[in-house]
Amino acid sequence: MHSTPDRDTFMLDGTAVPFTPGETVMQAALTAGHYIPHLCYHREFKPHGSCKVCTVRANGQTVASCTLPAQAGLVIECAAPDLEENRRTLVQMLFVEGNHFCPSCEKSGNCLLQAVAYDLEVLSTDLDHFFPNRPIDASHPGLLLDLNRCILCELCVRASAEVDGKSVFALSGRGMSKHLIVNAESGRLADTDIAVTDKAVEVCPVGVILKKRVGFAVPIGKRRYDLEPVSAQAKGDAPRAAPEGETR
Amino acid sequence: MIGAPSPPALDAGALDRALASHGGEPTLLVQILRAAQEVDGWLPPATITYIAARLGLPRAQVEGVAGYYAFLHLAPVGRYHVLFSDNVTDRMAGSEALLDRLCRNLWIERGKVSEDGLVSVATTSCTGMCDQGPGLLVNGIAIPRLDDARVDAIADLIRDRVALADWPAELFAIADNVHRSDVLLGANVRPGDALRAAIARGERDPELASNERSWRERVPMIPQGPTETLEEIKRSNLRGRGGAGFTTGLKWEACRTSLGARRYVVCNADEGEPGTFKDRVLLSSHADLVVEGMTVCAYVIGARQGFLYLRGEYAYMLPHLRAVLARRRAEGLLGKTIAGQPGFDFDIAIHVGAGAYVCGEESALIESLEGKRGIPRNRPPYPVTHGYRQQPTVVNNVETFCAAALIAIHGGVWYREIGTTRSAGTKVLSVSGDCARPGIYEYPFGVTVRQVLADCGAERTQAVQVSGPSGICVGAAEFDRQLAFEDLPTAGAFIVFDESRDMFEVARNFAHFFAHESCGFCTPCRVGTTLLCNVMDKLAEQKGSLHDLARIERLARLLQASSHCGLGHTACNPLVDTLKRFRPAYERRLQSTEFEPAFDLDGALARARAMTGRDDAGAHIGAVD
Repeated sequence: MHSTPDRDTFMLDGTAVPFTPGETVMQAALTAGHYIPHLCYHREFKPHGSCKVCTVRANGQTVASCTLPAQAGLVIECAAPDLEENRRTLVQMLFVEGNHFCPSCEKSGNCLLQAVAYDLEVLSTDLDHFFPNRPIDASHPGLLLDLNRCILCELCVRASAEVDGKSVFALSGRGMSKHLIVNAESGRLADTDIAVTDKAVEVCPVGVILKKRVGFAVPIGKRRYDLEPVSAQAKGDAPRAAPEGETR
Repeated sequence: MIGAPSPPALDAGALDRALASHGGEPTLLVQILRAAQEVDGWLPPATITYIAARLGLPRAQVEGVAGYYAFLHLAPVGRYHVLFSDNVTDRMAGSEALLDRLCRNLWIERGKVSEDGLVSVATTSCTGMCDQGPGLLVNGIAIPRLDDARVDAIADLIRDRVALADWPAELFAIADNVHRSDVLLGANVRPGDALRAAIARGERDPELASNERSWRERVPMIPQGPTETLEEIKRSNLRGRGGAGFTTGLKWEACRTSLGARRYVVCNADEGEPGTFKDRVLLSSHADLVVEGMTVCAYVIGARQGFLYLRGEYAYMLPHLRAVLARRRAEGLLGKTIAGQPGFDFDIAIHVGAGAYVCGEESALIESLEGKRGIPRNRPPYPVTHGYRQQPTVVNNVETFCAAALIAIHGGVWYREIGTTRSAGTKVLSVSGDCARPGIYEYPFGVTVRQVLADCGAERTQAVQVSGPSGICVGAAEFDRQLAFEDLPTAGAFIVFDESRDMFEVARNFAHFFAHESCGFCTPCRVGTTLLCNVMDKLAEQKGSLHDLARIERLARLLQASSHCGLGHTACNPLVDTLKRFRPAYERRLQSTEFEPAFDLDGALARARAMTGRDDAGAHIGAVD
């Protein structure tokens, strides 16, 4: 997409990108059809910039593009080799921090972490795995909570508070012991007021919050990111709802 | 403190009192949780539920805040909870052996609560007693100068279940150890001097502010004290003493001119940088000057409310600080119509931290003040426009406020003449480590490392960690460098290492500090600081290779480029600095400079060889070519 004379633009890897005042670089780029790799950003929620996968160079300074306000004349570098290398390392960090066994995960093929990793050509985790001991909560009749796969993007926290009005999820601990908690004294998902239809359930980009009894309705190999890489379909609406019949 | 290892019955009355003591105000959640913890010694699940319900907050949010701070406990701790300071200076003074001695004395395991729930012993980040270490905290109260005799005495007091209030006062005596004073530590300022001077600036001959005159002639009724004082602060070239060095006058002016219903003054006394303790001395012996500086700031920017954010490790100072505030209120130097000026209303509340280094970052500090997890905000906007409760807020270091008070009295030109061209004034240093006279030294900016080393009686010095782990490690070849913003910027820490010290172990201690204190918000810092610890531990076990050294450098670039705040940006500094200057300390630990023995293949075949009775060359896997 090219700049229109009546709108301000910034430069993204040599291409002019128009924006509306108040938009961030990420929002404007996706709207204009330019993919910037990201995990914790979701167009329906206020960006908070924790995964850092979307880090770009803006006028020479590295900064997360999802929280960077767009400004006329900004020169953004996204595809530079060092930035790509950093993105790969960040994704590898998320893989070794949790326990991600894609072949046995119901989310495989619909998982944003996996899709971004493939798209960035992350071929191995390279770093030493932490193999943390994280719990699985199967107490809820309709939902499974598998914290082994949590990448701490806080999308469920934001969705539950802002859309569902429930605050089912929050973060506790800090540093490496930061972890997702649920809004119940027992610590069990079954004792919260979460519903299977909540936005918080839908928004999880990885395989942490899964609906029960609908697994593997679509075979691995024919799922969303199996068909087309994330960079080709994330433009403007990422991560969008899975196509019909996949994870309902 | 009364506690038990199993969840006690909910004491609603006690919790109500804890809530009431902070007005049942959700923004005071950290203070409320601190008070609630006094009931049982920890925060049982039912207590969290009760507080959340009473404050109208989601339970998970309250648990999330409690789970963030090291001094708030979601699992039982001993009725006597002992935390040894784990800074490198404590270790150099033998803290690890003393910790083991206390555990042996009490028949307990480190990190575990004794079966009767009486005692637990663990470690914590630097408690700011580096010049009189090793130090510890018992139920949050500091004890310095540990040695075998004092540790044994503490064990006896715990075993005899002596209430903390009845422990010998001598155990808790903390010295100032001031060895060099200059304009700040040597100032003879009576309470109110700086305020009266600031107010008088607006009443002086207009010649003193000729550049303001035309404006004043048009608006003759507005008091000129605030603008005149602001001009003096700007004229002084005072820069923030917390490390970043932002120009104080510009910060105050930006806050003063920002649109907002209310303005706030915040004193950052969350002195968490390992090796730094000068704010402790300023608060214990110059508290009036600190408060005076905050009040001058309030006068300049038009604030009515201030906060002193005191790190939890300094909670022992609370009675003293509260007394200073009360006396100043009685003297008309806080509260309404300060120094007789109608409309000059300002008061200060003390907020006690709960064990989180990152809260020293100003936006994280504000989050904590608002009762949240202390996580640095996205900036811009900055606190000067959107700070506490999204209102214009000045956050300055303790020492900055002291200097501002002096400038209000003596003027900007007087201050600017001290120090160097780009670093005006003096700097208070916290000197610790291998030297004869550790303690507090105040110098004009521009003093050389060599001069400080000579004054503190350091000999055979190998290295100095300037400004703590997040600062710069300099070797002997650099001792003629100057402490100043233009050369070696410093927030005050000055840790001396003589030739007997292993700089690799120093860096490893710092790596663990950053991993412990990472807030975990962003991926690079959360995972990266732990990866760095793992690499350093692997090297310490003599299992490393050149590949691991390269990994440190690669992680350093990543954290520098993509971390959310200064903690992540600087977490690799001690490793990169020591790798550059003391590389042999790393290299002599490498098992091989050729490849990474992440897994011992040949060793893994030992059982197979034993089972087959083979030990020939073909049954071994040699070096990878």
